Amino acid sequence: MGMLSLAIWTPIVLGVLILALGRDDKASLVRWAALFSAVLSFLVCLPLYTQFDNSSASMQFVENMPWVLRFNMAYHLGVDGISLWLVLLTSFITVVVVISAWEVITERVNQYMGAFLVLSGVMIGVFCALDGMLFYVFFEATLIPMYLIIGIWGGPNKIYAAFKFFLYTLMGSLLMLVALIYLYIQSGGSFDLVVWQALPLSARAQTLLFFAFFAAFAVKVPMWPVHTWLPDVHVEAPTGGSAVLAAIMLKLGAYGFLRFSLPITPDASHEWAWLLIALSVVAVVYVGLVAVVQQDMKKLVAYSSVAHMGFVTMGFFMFSPLGISGGIVQMIAHGFVSAAMFLCIGVLYDRVHSREIASYGGVVNTMPKFTAFALLFAMANCGLPGTAGFVGEWMVILAAVKFNFWIGLAASSALIFGAAYTLWMVKRVYFGPVVNDEVKHLTDINAREFFMLSLLAVAVMVMGLYPKPFTDVMNASVDQLIQQASVSKLPL
Amino acid sequence: MIDNFSWVAVYPEIVLLIMACVIAMVDLWVTTPRRNLTYGLSMLTLASVAIIQALYASSGTTLYSFGNMVVSDAMGNWLKCFATLAVMVTFVYGRPYVADRQMLKGGEWYTLTLFALLGMFVMISGNNFLVIYLGLELLTLASYALVALRRDNGNATEAAMKYFVLGALASGFLLYGLSMLYGATGSLDLSTVFTAVATGHVKHQVLVLGVVFVVCGIAFKLGAAPFHMWVPDVYQGAPTAITLLIGGAPKLAAFAMMMRLLVDGLLPLAIDWQQMLMVLAVVTLLIGNLSAIAQTNLKRMLAFSTIAQMGFVLIGMLSGVVNGNTLSAANAYSSAMFYMISYVLTTLGVFGVILLLAKEGFESEEIADFAGLNSRSPLFAGVMAVCLFSLAGVPPLVGFFAKLSVIQALVATGQPAAVGLAIFAVAMSLVGAFYYLRVIKVMYFDPPLSVATVSAGADVRFVLALNGGLVLLLGLLPGGLMALCANAVVQALGS
Repeated sequence: MGMLSLAIWTPIVLGVLILALGRDDKASLVRWAALFSAVLSFLVCLPLYTQFDNSSASMQFVENMPWVLRFNMAYHLGVDGISLWLVLLTSFITVVVVISAWEVITERVNQYMGAFLVLSGVMIGVFCALDGMLFYVFFEATLIPMYLIIGIWGGPNKIYAAFKFFLYTLMGSLLMLVALIYLYIQSGGSFDLVVWQALPLSARAQTLLFFAFFAAFAVKVPMWPVHTWLPDVHVEAPTGGSAVLAAIMLKLGAYGFLRFSLPITPDASHEWAWLLIALSVVAVVYVGLVAVVQQDMKKLVAYSSVAHMGFVTMGFFMFSPLGISGGIVQMIAHGFVSAAMFLCIGVLYDRVHSREIASYGGVVNTMPKFTAFALLFAMANCGLPGTAGFVGEWMVILAAVKFNFWIGLAASSALIFGAAYTLWMVKRVYFGPVVNDEVKHLTDINAREFFMLSLLAVAVMVMGLYPKPFTDVMNASVDQLIQQASVSKLPL
Repeated sequence: MIDNFSWVAVYPEIVLLIMACVIAMVDLWVTTPRRNLTYGLSMLTLASVAIIQALYASSGTTLYSFGNMVVSDAMGNWLKCFATLAVMVTFVYGRPYVADRQMLKGGEWYTLTLFALLGMFVMISGNNFLVIYLGLELLTLASYALVALRRDNGNATEAAMKYFVLGALASGFLLYGLSMLYGATGSLDLSTVFTAVATGHVKHQVLVLGVVFVVCGIAFKLGAAPFHMWVPDVYQGAPTAITLLIGGAPKLAAFAMMMRLLVDGLLPLAIDWQQMLMVLAVVTLLIGNLSAIAQTNLKRMLAFSTIAQMGFVLIGMLSGVVNGNTLSAANAYSSAMFYMISYVLTTLGVFGVILLLAKEGFESEEIADFAGLNSRSPLFAGVMAVCLFSLAGVPPLVGFFAKLSVIQALVATGQPAAVGLAIFAVAMSLVGAFYYLRVIKVMYFDPPLSVATVSAGADVRFVLALNGGLVLLLGLLPGGLMALCANAVVQALGS
């Protein structure tokens, strides 16, 4: 069994076992089993990094066997510099999420843990799939566990949120399904991404395909104006669900742009890049402003996610190595930072049961250790140099200024808005006088929470201070992607 | 004059007929409510028939018999094999339900079901208008009686009445259409009709008039809109064990009937009936999906969902011939066959769970009755959720690949109208996702109304887990079943 299969199926198989065997009367056993499974799943991913060849732009750890012969679908896996860190990020976040749920989830523990482990394996599958239909199957399969996670363990309005999540994202991806079938027929019966990337397509076909992919990925990212599901879902999802959603699921969409839109429809991508960049600028500026006025902490971070993902898509569609690398780095950084932000809100919510900013004030007086962490993550969220948030934003802004001065200016304004909404929230929640009795009686984080937050804090700091390991792996692959995207595929 | 005469082709039918009669007699001496002897004998019969069919099917030979009245080919044998397995599963799920109920606990449930299965076999094997019609009548007569078994219940009696009246009307349509075709071509034999039509010497108007009635009759039997009126009433009114039977195996026979009549017999007229099927498919998808949203009764909702699913089967059937070219026919019809088989597998799981939750005096038919099922029985809720996600077409479950293959066949025709229909079908499956999700929501997100745990025998739990597992496994590895359908259809077309 190949290493990528191991990375995908270890969490799925162990998750299903936990699902099948666990009972609530043995909850603590289930928790340890889940932690063991998550750590094991993370460990099996590590060799991917250590054995990765930075100088090669081609797919590595490739596995290719026939899957459904009748439609010529293949179980074709591989990672390159673009997907490698996303795979590692996924398995890392799963460990953190399992720890975060430890005492918080007391009902149907096995289903909660099992769902996250299965989800983790499925998302890794999305990042590794090199067959169009395999990608689609993994991409859609993420909906089932997430739907259940939101609906079972969510907040008061969970049912609305679960439906909105499922139907909204399904709507987008069904159009992509039609596009995949069209490509299958056009390519003479192949679902292989490599074949599709070399397939000549007319301008009209490329435009239609581009927008079909756009429908699926823009909803998932989410880009303005199809971002409205995200705040609703984040508010209702349990802490772990929000963390995984923001840290990884949003990246599935952005990753799709790199794997499908740019290499398969390069001419349409160039033609419509202005639209994508315009929507990204709106996301960065307008949604950033929307975030400023939020009263609910989770909603605020959700809008901030939309703004940050705007940077990612903006970077992608400038077609420069700096922009695309910056977008990918921003994806990984946002994975760490947004997960951390949601876990911090979770820590507060577990104690006070409110997400309203107005319910807090002066938390630093009772929870000094926690506030130190929260402040670090807040700084990373507004892109302070030395934290993970800075690297990607800086690269994208550099690329944007090169591309067009005014877009660069608009993009860099986001740093100001980011600082505005994040720091204003920090000021109101953590500083100032103690506002009420609940805050007065808060207890600081325990060892488990300390450990969980320090895992993320280390990741955020390391990535901010020494981003080289993150950027080195992707250079070759990004250059190759740009090469592919710059060659016209119009039939002569 | 009978020029070929081989008993081998009809061994399974003979075994089934003899055993159905024997079981009907033996059952007179059985008194226990669980009817172990009847049940055991029925299962034994079905198992041996299923094995014979599987052996026939895997040998891959095509055998005509009784002067080409019946045919035993791979497609028919596989369909018969799956129909038999579906009936076995029906018996396993239905036995506790039937044993608990006054009107149902006689042996009639077993014997009538065996006769219904015999009817399906004849329908599937028929290579002659009349033989197919006879099989259909045997199946429907047994079904009318089964629906009416709970004769003290108003709903069941009404359902039986509606089923009978509309079913008789549909049979009339079919028979009228067949007689037109007989009048025009002078033969009841499918291959002779095929040749006669293909020469082009037969008056086209008469043929098309006949085809209209045949298509109407088939649409009635499939439950395609606008001939779907009986489906919701019968599904809701019939005792659940009988709904399970009607919703499962007969769909395979209906598919075979469609293949035999439209493809084996009338393929040269494809350009005419494909247009009819396209209209039917659009109306069926629309009415099925939109009506299902409004239902509060789960059985009724599933009836409308069945109607919607039949729309997808029709999509597979109408993509076979493009501009008179039959190159993609095998692809299209095998996708429809795959769709039908995976649909039956999934439906068995869904109705099985409904059946097992029903208690004496409590039918558990409303969607609200499933509230909090997950905390009462994770296994039942899990199987139900897997099946519903599959019906909604979410990967990695078998329903997704079923929808994929029919839509792929449709898009492959390359017609602008076909692409439009594909997008419409995809949009309708989004509507469909909503009502399936609503049931999952009730099971997983709502608090339970009662804390009573759900119990079922070990055999039932095992089969149910197997059923749900297969829906998942065939979703992960659909290649085998797809290849089976493709080979079977290629053979059926080639002969």
